[in-house]
Amino acid sequence: MATWKKLSLLLSIIPILLLLAYGFKTNPREVPSPLVGRQAPPFAMTMFDGSSNSLEALRGKPVVLNFWASWCFPACYEEAPYLEAAWQAYRDRGLIVIGVDIQDRDADAKAFIERFKLSFPNAPDPQGKITIDYGVYGVPETFFIKRDGTIHYKHVGALDAKVLKAKIDEML
Amino acid sequence: MRKTFLALLIAGVLVAAWASAALAGSLEEQTLRLAAELRCPVCQNLSVADSPSEMATQMRGLIHEKLKNGESPEQIRSYFVSRYGEWVLLAPTRQGFNWLAWLLPFVAILGGGGIIVVTIRRSIRRGQKSNADASRPLDPRYTSRLDAELKEEER
Repeated sequence: MATWKKLSLLLSIIPILLLLAYGFKTNPREVPSPLVGRQAPPFAMTMFDGSSNSLEALRGKPVVLNFWASWCFPACYEEAPYLEAAWQAYRDRGLIVIGVDIQDRDADAKAFIERFKLSFPNAPDPQGKITIDYGVYGVPETFFIKRDGTIHYKHVGALDAKVLKAKIDEML
Repeated sequence: MRKTFLALLIAGVLVAAWASAALAGSLEEQTLRLAAELRCPVCQNLSVADSPSEMATQMRGLIHEKLKNGESPEQIRSYFVSRYGEWVLLAPTRQGFNWLAWLLPFVAILGGGGIIVVTIRRSIRRGQKSNADASRPLDPRYTSRLDAELKEEER
């Protein structure tokens, strides 16, 4: 009887331990996006320089859509130079880099653009519609959109040169 | 006089009931009800209705706008799930593997209750058995020895 009791106690503990082990292994901040592999949600935006842009107008070109904010330190500050470098390196091959500034003040965002001498187009998302449409839950997040308009990859956190190059090469 | 007062009271109650019903179905109320079902993406376990964050405010604004444009609560829920995944729903949908999350607490409560009932019954039975043992006549050898010792003590 005692052995049976011990065995049943052990058997009931095992599934709890397995569940805990699984929980500790996964990152609660990393939620897989249901958008990967699907058509990118369309957007139309007014850039900081006053020009207009839309995904529809960019159809046929690979797009790197980066969500950032001036208050997102240090991640957005770390990746900004790499994004500018990628834009400079690949723009002649048809790559488009677009920055979407979220939950920010215009003056702070413009100071950020000036600080990193970002020459690729950037736009604010004052109502957060593009942000929600892309299921963004933090900054920085970056979407790699293929020529056919499908989302190839979503990156959460600061980008580095290696990831940028690998993902852009896959799209070109 | 009394009749006028009664009529005014009834009218007042009716107006209050109508206003409450109108508010319950208002766009704001519907927005909050839907927002309460959604998880705020930038918070720790807070609903879109409860969170003061800018992201939650924008999400509430979008829900309000969609309701105003005639979208049903189900369509709006599906929209958020299509953007954020099922993770965005504070309560998992009642289908497939999700049933486990709904049923497991009840199974645990029933199982725990069963264990408690069995344990209590066993301990009661054990208590009754020991009481029954106590009421049995003592061994005559011990009785005579006890009597002898008590007499010795009295002397």
